[in-house]
Amino acid sequence: MATLRRLLARQEVIIALTIIILSIFIGLVNPSFFSIPNVFRILRSGIIVGMFAMGVLIVLISGGIDVSFPAIAVSAMYITVVFIRDTGIDSLVLSFVVAGLIGLALGLFNAFFIALFKLPTLIVTLGTLSLFRGLLLFFVGSQRIRIAEVSPVLSDLSRGNLITIDNPAGGVANLHIAFVFLVVLAVIVWLLLRYTMLGRAIYAMGGDLEAAERVGFNVRRTQFFIYGFVGLVAGITGIVYCSLSREADPFSIVGIELDVIAAVVLGGASIMGGRGTVVGTLLGVLLITLISSSLVLLGISSDWQRFVVGILIIIGTSIPVLQLRQRQRTQSAAQAV
Amino acid sequence: MANVQQRQTTTPPAGRISIGHLLQTNGTSVRLLVIVIALFVLFSLLRPDAFPTFRNIQSMAFQASEIGILAIAVAITMLTGGIDLSINSTANLTAVLSALILTYVGPSSPALAMVLAIGAALIIGPICGAFNGFLVAYVGIPPILATLGTLTLYQGIGTVITKGAAIFGIPEFQWLGNGEIAGIPFPFIAFLAIAAVVGIILSRTKYGFEVYLLGTNPVASRFSGINNRSVLMRTYILSGLLSALAGLIILGRTNAARVDFGESYVLLAIMICVLGGINPAGGLGRIFGVVLAMIALQFLSTGMNMALFTSSGANFFKEAAWGATLLIVLLVEYFSNRQRQRRISEK
Repeated sequence: MATLRRLLARQEVIIALTIIILSIFIGLVNPSFFSIPNVFRILRSGIIVGMFAMGVLIVLISGGIDVSFPAIAVSAMYITVVFIRDTGIDSLVLSFVVAGLIGLALGLFNAFFIALFKLPTLIVTLGTLSLFRGLLLFFVGSQRIRIAEVSPVLSDLSRGNLITIDNPAGGVANLHIAFVFLVVLAVIVWLLLRYTMLGRAIYAMGGDLEAAERVGFNVRRTQFFIYGFVGLVAGITGIVYCSLSREADPFSIVGIELDVIAAVVLGGASIMGGRGTVVGTLLGVLLITLISSSLVLLGISSDWQRFVVGILIIIGTSIPVLQLRQRQRTQSAAQAV
Repeated sequence: MANVQQRQTTTPPAGRISIGHLLQTNGTSVRLLVIVIALFVLFSLLRPDAFPTFRNIQSMAFQASEIGILAIAVAITMLTGGIDLSINSTANLTAVLSALILTYVGPSSPALAMVLAIGAALIIGPICGAFNGFLVAYVGIPPILATLGTLTLYQGIGTVITKGAAIFGIPEFQWLGNGEIAGIPFPFIAFLAIAAVVGIILSRTKYGFEVYLLGTNPVASRFSGINNRSVLMRTYILSGLLSALAGLIILGRTNAARVDFGESYVLLAIMICVLGGINPAGGLGRIFGVVLAMIALQFLSTGMNMALFTSSGANFFKEAAWGATLLIVLLVEYFSNRQRQRRISEK
């Protein structure tokens, strides 16, 4: 009983149960939910949010927030595609390196303001969100570029499949190759948070910035790492995005920030810092993707999607707060005895 | 942590706190006033034919009002140390419901429809705000998350009601969005009136005092006998009400209601607050600063458009200029704070 209660106290477990119950329910209403093509479709639509979420997770754990990552992603994506178009150098590795470096540079620009001047992270990244996108649209361009016309290599990537299975209902079911990026990234972040001193520093900072500084963590350097890393991840995600959508649209991606933060928060990361796991975040992303892509299978109009997600965020953020209060009450009761 | 130290050294003893706030924030107001005048002079020199004309000033006043009202809604929540991300969703939900009332009741009895639509807005806004307040004050969710949830929820409710489509053709509210009195746009009069009322509430009433104290130090405010929960509730209800008024003006100006209208307004409103000297950590800042910041941003947007001639490119450059201005202001505030602290510690 005690173990059950401890399990239920974990947000990951609650989210996982919600996903299972919801899946069974959707599957009962519409058996096609459990078909392999549908599972692959859901996984594919979670790739971009999932990759962004890995960066956002680290920031939230450290007690900050970053809303500029979509602007970084779209800048890195568009500049890289323009670079390929203008130079004719069409190399997969190079385009990832270029996009990654642009992302890293923009992320470090955030870090400069946050780490050196200790300015509030929400406000700084709000400013850079406008700045990056405005500069991109003004100086680089505002025209949509079709990937197939400039980069055969990225175009190939967009058609690449990791797994191809014959669909019993006819045709084939494909899992997009970009899913690999999400998995690799998740493993890296998991290792980083769990086994490295840097990971400890990130959790410590989120718990109490001053305490982390006093026990000897280099807060400034860690912040440079955090925001640089988010930028790097955003840059690479930008390239994956344009390959999935088969075009580089400078107006895309920005606007996704609140959805990504919602998914990470739903997965148990606290915006007050110090808490959050990779598994929880992936579950949060899965739950949001599941709801966005499966309401129609339930016969519910997709108009209800935002409504359901909103309710979920409110419930998902209430649970940990109420649990904490319950725990404090039990503790003070125990002390009184 | 820097904030805590700053408060310890610069917050005057209770009783003189409002004077202290005035002295502290006047620096920001003066700086902003200088920026506003400098921008006006700069763009007037660049485009003497177009910028300092009555027509242009009138059109700037039309554009700036709704976002200005939303910024005031965010500002009061920021003063308590919170934030309200749901302002735009509340405004759009209000606009949608009012538009529906006008389209269904309007044809048969226009007067009744008008009363019902305004009445509905004045009820829906505060209800949305009260729900935010409940989540923040009673459940205890951090404001940024609570209002992120309700941002999505209110937009969701609006989407379910309208099936995602825009509602067009509501002529009854034209006067509210496009009317003018003695050449002054009605939305701008509404904005100034709201700014004045909220400014007076904050600086002259017990509630206003409680907002600043709560934002400066919630524990101290609780121990000095202030009901923090009630203050938070009232603040978010007021924020919801202001958002609803902005929604009505948007409905009147655009002659349409859409759940996803003006998605960049939330970030813009926060930006205006911070530029205007409202401390996101709470307790510091004045509505006057927000008004000045809004005027400065509007000068910057319109001036850029005129100085660069090209219409689409200038829009993008405007976005970049907003971001750059915000970052520069943050740095200026940082250095002036540090200088002040040094002066205080020397004493």
